[in-house]
Amino acid sequence: MKIDEKLAIDAFKTDKESHIIINHDICRTRCTKRYCLTVCPGHLYTFNEEENAIVVEYAGCLECGTCMIACIEGAIDWAYPKGDFGVQYRYG
Amino acid sequence: MEKIDVVIVGAGLAGLSCAHVLARHGVQVVVVERGDFPGSKNVTGGRLYLLPVKNMASDMLDGAPFERKVVRERWSLLGSGRSVSLDHTAERFKEEDHSYTVLRARLDRWLSERLMVRGVFVIPKYRVDDLLWEGGAVAGIKAGPEEIPAHVVVACDGVLSFMAQKAGLRPAMSPKSFAVGMKEVLELSEEKINDRFNVESGEGAAHLFVGDVTKGMFGGGFLYTNKDSISIGVVAGVNALMQKSPAVDAPMLLEMFKERYEMRRILEGSKIVEYSAHVIPEAGYDGVGKLCGNGILLAGDAAGLALNMGVTVRGMEFAIASGMIAGETIIQARESGDFSESALSGYARRLQETFVMKDLEAAKNMPGYLENESFFSYYPETFPGLLEKMMWFDENPKGPLGKTLWDGLKSSGMLSMKRLLELYRIRKI
Repeated sequence: MKIDEKLAIDAFKTDKESHIIINHDICRTRCTKRYCLTVCPGHLYTFNEEENAIVVEYAGCLECGTCMIACIEGAIDWAYPKGDFGVQYRYG
Repeated sequence: MEKIDVVIVGAGLAGLSCAHVLARHGVQVVVVERGDFPGSKNVTGGRLYLLPVKNMASDMLDGAPFERKVVRERWSLLGSGRSVSLDHTAERFKEEDHSYTVLRARLDRWLSERLMVRGVFVIPKYRVDDLLWEGGAVAGIKAGPEEIPAHVVVACDGVLSFMAQKAGLRPAMSPKSFAVGMKEVLELSEEKINDRFNVESGEGAAHLFVGDVTKGMFGGGFLYTNKDSISIGVVAGVNALMQKSPAVDAPMLLEMFKERYEMRRILEGSKIVEYSAHVIPEAGYDGVGKLCGNGILLAGDAAGLALNMGVTVRGMEFAIASGMIAGETIIQARESGDFSESALSGYARRLQETFVMKDLEAAKNMPGYLENESFFSYYPETFPGLLEKMMWFDENPKGPLGKTLWDGLKSSGMLSMKRLLELYRIRKI
């Protein structure tokens, strides 16, 4: 099963603003590993060649925080979504 | 604005247990929770060991919506294309309230509703942005323009605890100290679960897997039976994922795990109803830092109180116990009206006297031992390989069984000094 099909099963309430802010300068100048592309359980990080930028689909975020921990360069500014937003687990 | 006695950040098991103790003693307490309802942001494997907290929790969990009582323990070493498993059951597991599988969105919600009836305020959809300070002491919380001033804040905001960070009680998070768990809840009828796991209704199984499930990385697979669903997942060390070369896409681990021959028939016909992920503290005893500051206490995952013992993983009972002890500490401090760090320091001392810190300390060497990749690649490949050799019969003469085993042990390096030392070191964990 593809990861986006899995995420589609979950209940999300999406905020207009992203709770994950990427500092592209840090990505471009300091990061050589791009751990975010593989550690995310939702596979939400991709690299956009044209824009030379890491892109995150924050709407499918499972709020685990792995990307923030793995981004040792500190390019990921990560907060919980505001109250009333984000994933709402029904089983957990 | 006038101060309330206590504000608790996070209505998980630590926060709610703390509120339970405080409310019972007539202390004014507000619990704030960022999810739509308590449990809606929580994820467990998972299983709760009840006996350690049974006396302490007294009636708090009476009638709780547990899924199944675990009466069957299974462990598997997964090699590539072969595996070996151990299946354990004991009458005692059936007779006593030993451990139960749970789903957090059900359990935490139930507990919060129970406490609200008893006068605890639980405010959902409330994300805390910052702490309030007063002369070097935490004096409440801030959420957007709103403030809730309080004499004490109890940070029960989970493994990522932004409150502990803001209070300066937690150093930067190192990838080595955390693992990420990915889990699916798969719906399957009660009868099918009973049949496939060889259990009666109300009884369940807990199954841990190590080896190929993480492609040799630190971590493992898990499977817990719920009433009419299965919780299945993979846990992988964050640092291990980062160092893996070539890199493995984390969510693919769970997909590959479910595809294995050992799992296919067990999961057949089940329907996925949820996919979740959560970070887990893995540093054990050494990962527990300061547990309190002026006007603030940490409990549960926020305090790093979780334990991976290899053969099982624990956390929820630590959350319940630490939340309750935090509550008791506050009740005592309240008598003198002093909520300074030194007045609250009895918390750490009391935790030391209970199973929480005692069990963590007893397993102090476990994280270091589990750093050894042998447990996740060498052994899970070698043992199933040895058994395969023993159990394989073809036109070639078999030779004596004992010799086959001995030759296998020798050629696989099981009898090397390195392996024997590893075995010898087991006494220290």
